[in-house]
Amino acid sequence: MNARFGWKGGVPGNVLITGARVVDPRQKLDQQLDVLVTEGVITEVGPVGTITTGDSTTTVNADNGILMPAFTDPHIHLRTPGQEHKETIATGTKAAAAGGYCLVIAMPNTSPVIDGPDLLRGILARASETAVIPMAQTGAITRGLAGTELTEMATMMETGAAGFTDDGIAVRDAGVLRRALRYQAVAGGVIALHEEDSALSMGAPLNEGVISARLGLRGQPGSAESTMIARDCALARMEEAVIHIQHVSTYESVEVIRREKALGTRVTAEASPHHLLLTEEACSTLDSRAKMNPPLRTEMDRNAVIAGLIDGTLDCVATDHAPHSDDEKSQPFEDAPFGTTGLETSFAVLYDELVTPGLISLPLLVERMTSGCIPFGFEPPTVAVGQPANLALFDTRAEWIAGDGGWVSMSSNSCFAGRTMSGRISLTLAGGVIVHTAEATQ
Amino acid sequence: MKHLLGIEELGREGIERILDRAESFEGVASRDIQKVPALRGRLIVNLFYEASTRTTSSFELAAKRLSADVISVRSSGSSVEKGESLKDTIATLDAYEPAAIVVRHPRAGAAHLVSKWTRASVINAGDGAHAHPTQALLDVHTLRGRIGALDGRNIWIVGDISHSRVARSTAKAFSLMGARVTLAGPPTLLPPGIGVALGCEEATTLAKIGDADIVYALRMQHERMTGGDIPSLAEYSTHYAVTEARLRPDQLVMHPGPVNRGVEIGGDVVDSGRSLIAQQVAAGVAVRMAVLYELLAGAEKDGRMREVTAA
Repeated sequence: MNARFGWKGGVPGNVLITGARVVDPRQKLDQQLDVLVTEGVITEVGPVGTITTGDSTTTVNADNGILMPAFTDPHIHLRTPGQEHKETIATGTKAAAAGGYCLVIAMPNTSPVIDGPDLLRGILARASETAVIPMAQTGAITRGLAGTELTEMATMMETGAAGFTDDGIAVRDAGVLRRALRYQAVAGGVIALHEEDSALSMGAPLNEGVISARLGLRGQPGSAESTMIARDCALARMEEAVIHIQHVSTYESVEVIRREKALGTRVTAEASPHHLLLTEEACSTLDSRAKMNPPLRTEMDRNAVIAGLIDGTLDCVATDHAPHSDDEKSQPFEDAPFGTTGLETSFAVLYDELVTPGLISLPLLVERMTSGCIPFGFEPPTVAVGQPANLALFDTRAEWIAGDGGWVSMSSNSCFAGRTMSGRISLTLAGGVIVHTAEATQ
Repeated sequence: MKHLLGIEELGREGIERILDRAESFEGVASRDIQKVPALRGRLIVNLFYEASTRTTSSFELAAKRLSADVISVRSSGSSVEKGESLKDTIATLDAYEPAAIVVRHPRAGAAHLVSKWTRASVINAGDGAHAHPTQALLDVHTLRGRIGALDGRNIWIVGDISHSRVARSTAKAFSLMGARVTLAGPPTLLPPGIGVALGCEEATTLAKIGDADIVYALRMQHERMTGGDIPSLAEYSTHYAVTEARLRPDQLVMHPGPVNRGVEIGGDVVDSGRSLIAQQVAAGVAVRMAVLYELLAGAEKDGRMREVTAA
């Protein structure tokens, strides 16, 4: 099998991070420790001040820092090929590094769609030249995302696909999805699903409710998502297939997934920072940065998504980083494309809005920020001696205003732009290489 | 006040101020010279992305009666059809240094966007199914002229609430003026949450239409039937048409026009003494004069507009 990600790599780092609160639930770590990285590998974890280093090692004083395993994102859009005016592999993975990520999984709804082994090979080759951090690539479930013919999933898995998804639209035809789920037995690879019954959602630009009624816009009812999740979980159960539900946004959806997990259905699911923190209220001024799909929902939905993330119904955080140019986003709300960027703000905003008020413990948030790779067959990073250094250091006193001073991403369509964040990622190591430092965003 | 984008930003006081001024402008049409010099030498651009005979013509006439210069840009045959973005179109028009841009656009929020891209005052002449504040003003003006204060009055707005910017702005305006508003229509044309959104009652039948002092019928568009929102125009009319048979003698009827006789409103109602439809049309010019005056004459700011033309 070929490598399942592409990455340009770099010089393995030698760095001592001293004084940080080290949080890694997989190692049951939550205490002040020193962590030594030698030649890109974690070689020592010990009490503060007990590790000695040679001249070639940089020491990072991190008294105000939280040191975590770096994050993994199961759901981002890098726009290569075809829409490099929005983002490229280089800029998107650099933005991910700035957000503390060591692995991102890209969606195949590019132009052309990544729906065959040659295109997949091409992307991974491009990634091996330009990706700042390791980047995995999903293939489409159906050719051209048309929802009718299956792609060569077995060959794509052999070529290094991370899994399969028609993200951006649902697989509308239940028979087609059933065939894909049956074929998984030979091809392998998780099938990740964007759940939206277009007959109910009708492509509407925001949630159906008081805000859409006030604005005179058609809305997407929550049932457009939850009924498709129910259908697809039933199919997965029948076929004993493995599915992953993308960007869960409604109360009903969380309920369905919770029930299915209790039944033993092999389903995982993700939650996005914007669905955890924002509601349809953000659309009330028709700010297109608050237009995403699935749309921002109600406070009840938001609370259910948080509860789902806490109890494990939702396994991980996914940004659904979806860059768009200013020209595209400055059209009227209905015409502007769906999506918000998210890689640079995810941990900082979740830390402020969920951890600081005590809604979620820091170790649990770290677990959810790092678990996104698991459904796609990647080991989550962890802070342990002998492991490659995949580390994110968060400076709890590096207050910043999101978007002030620009973005690392090529696009600026962040739904969190303008927010004051109390802390910021100040150092990221991916695969042992220092891929981001605080200086890069100052 | 720089722009008029929605009725809610005026509040009751603002509505009353504008309508009092509209009253003073109503005599202008009957003068020998049907003009006042209030906006002489200032440029007003009408930018219409949707066809609209009465709104365009009444804005044009209002501007001319205030002695402003007017240009009207329609989407058909213009750079808009050549794919120019709204933002670029506004940048082009802004170069003419207009005092005001009146914009009608099929998308909600378009006028608000325009206001961010121009130095001119922006008047929303309808954006999607979102807002149509000058219609709301002329509706209040018409009704005030007939019954005086609206406080405590029951007003039913009947028809296709979903797709109606008139329903949204006019309902808000009536509420601001103290009326109690009920939105009535088939459930498929009453969007979920609309009552809460607008602070109105909802009704899915006309059984209690007798409660209304005023019935405001909305235009039913033929495409609603093909879109599947209603089974047929005939079924709609049977259950929701505002007809003489459904009304008490003292109930008044309004309609934003153009009417589909026999569909949402009976022809006999249109022609009856209870109909305020003709007064609504007549009110359009004076109310729009008052809006232009409110936004432009009050603010005698930089002299740049004065250089545009030598009248």
